[in-house]
Amino acid sequence: MDIHFILYKLILAAAILLLSLVIAMYATLFERKIAGFFQDRLGPNRAGTFGLLQPVADGVKLFFKEEFMPANADKVLYILGPSLTMLVALLASAVIPWGGTLMIGGHEYALQVADVNIGVLYVFAVISIGVYGVMIGGWASNNKYALMGAVRAASQMISYELAMSMSIVTIVMTSGSLSLNDIVAQQHGMNWNVFTQPIGFVVFLICAFAETNRSPFDLPECETELIGGYHTEYSSMKLGFYLFAEYINIFISSAMISSLYFGGYNFPFMNDLGLSHNMVTILGTVALFAKISFFGFVFMWVRWTLPRFRYDQLMRFGWKGLMPWAMANMILTGFFHLLFKK
Amino acid sequence: MLTQYLFFFLSAVALISAVMVLLSKKPIHSVLYLTLTFFTLAGHYILLNAQFLAVVHIIVYAGAIMVLFLFTVMLLNLNIEGEFQKSTLMKFVAALAGGMIFLVLIGTLKSFDVSIVSNPEMTQIGLVKNLGKTLYSEYLMPFELSSILFLSAMVGAVMLGKKDKN
Repeated sequence: MDIHFILYKLILAAAILLLSLVIAMYATLFERKIAGFFQDRLGPNRAGTFGLLQPVADGVKLFFKEEFMPANADKVLYILGPSLTMLVALLASAVIPWGGTLMIGGHEYALQVADVNIGVLYVFAVISIGVYGVMIGGWASNNKYALMGAVRAASQMISYELAMSMSIVTIVMTSGSLSLNDIVAQQHGMNWNVFTQPIGFVVFLICAFAETNRSPFDLPECETELIGGYHTEYSSMKLGFYLFAEYINIFISSAMISSLYFGGYNFPFMNDLGLSHNMVTILGTVALFAKISFFGFVFMWVRWTLPRFRYDQLMRFGWKGLMPWAMANMILTGFFHLLFKK
Repeated sequence: MLTQYLFFFLSAVALISAVMVLLSKKPIHSVLYLTLTFFTLAGHYILLNAQFLAVVHIIVYAGAIMVLFLFTVMLLNLNIEGEFQKSTLMKFVAALAGGMIFLVLIGTLKSFDVSIVSNPEMTQIGLVKNLGKTLYSEYLMPFELSSILFLSAMVGAVMLGKKDKN
């Protein structure tokens, strides 16, 4: 392991971290603009041209708000909650292939921080520990509403994790690899998994809404019942971390959907254009980010279109609606795979 | 060199957090320390080149079992300090049982041949491909049997948790 390699990985990791944060920042503005569009108003347009400085203003505002901690809160866990949420939200980006390879000075550089051979399982693990931040924060606040929100969040995330994992398992079955890099590489050109796995894609998308605690499944922070849910007692930048992590999760989920079902950095006719290797890689990354932006838009589109579920409906839908579909999809996939591929 | 430092770091964290599971007053802190212990154990698995085991360890223990533990502790609101006062007899029995397990562990470790595995096939066994091949060829029967055991446990849990309609 030479210093060259470490340096390149460090730069890549830092770039992806920075990119996630900036994208999450501007996703808040994008969301408010979309909300404005759906509600026939303008949305934020005072700070900077088209309101482009609005996220900066929001950040500064959050930093200068009062740091409040409830008197009987568990001090360490109260701070650990939002920190963990943020940390886990940023973890998943390590295994996503953000592009092909760049050839610089005879060396080949992959645009992926860690090409581990268990990438998909790593994503499962990150999803499954994502619930800790919310639970710890909600409990440590020493507030009934926060606790209710945390308990709701936990049960919701556990329930939808199952269907989500099953829909990913079908992808693993067809591609025969647990490495995200292989899965994306196999969808070369237009061989996107969404054409062979339409049911899996729909299940995955719905579960992604639930896992990111987004409307119509935003029960953990349902204002009409729980004030603010698990972050009721949070203020200042700690609240900012929770809200910010939500947007990072949207970004990462969109990236996962794009890589698993929509070919990741692959785009049609990528080898027929007669472009150089580096050019194809750059265009691929641009294509990936176009896909991510589209799915980010879908997240917001759904939020401002559908009303919120009731809690029992949410649970029934997760266990009795999505689970059977995911299972049937898995069995059917196995069946067809055995019949036609071998 | 780096792996050696990592080993000592992980071992230290594992031991400290394992002790803190016992020493911390609030049950919720115990649960969180136990989770931390599981993470350090997963780190050890990675050092042993068993990535699959490490990730499954995190998914199953930290991601599922400990979340349910945390869930239960939160719902029962077991955050009052010193709520669990055990009688002297119970303490004695618990110490005895724990001590016996400790003795058994020492016994097994003493007879265990501590040698460095140099066979390259053995160091690759933790990778998912090799593990899957071994599980589905050499150990197919026990593997399938344990899956049936799991299924029956799941069905049993659902049956027990179901509300009686009558």
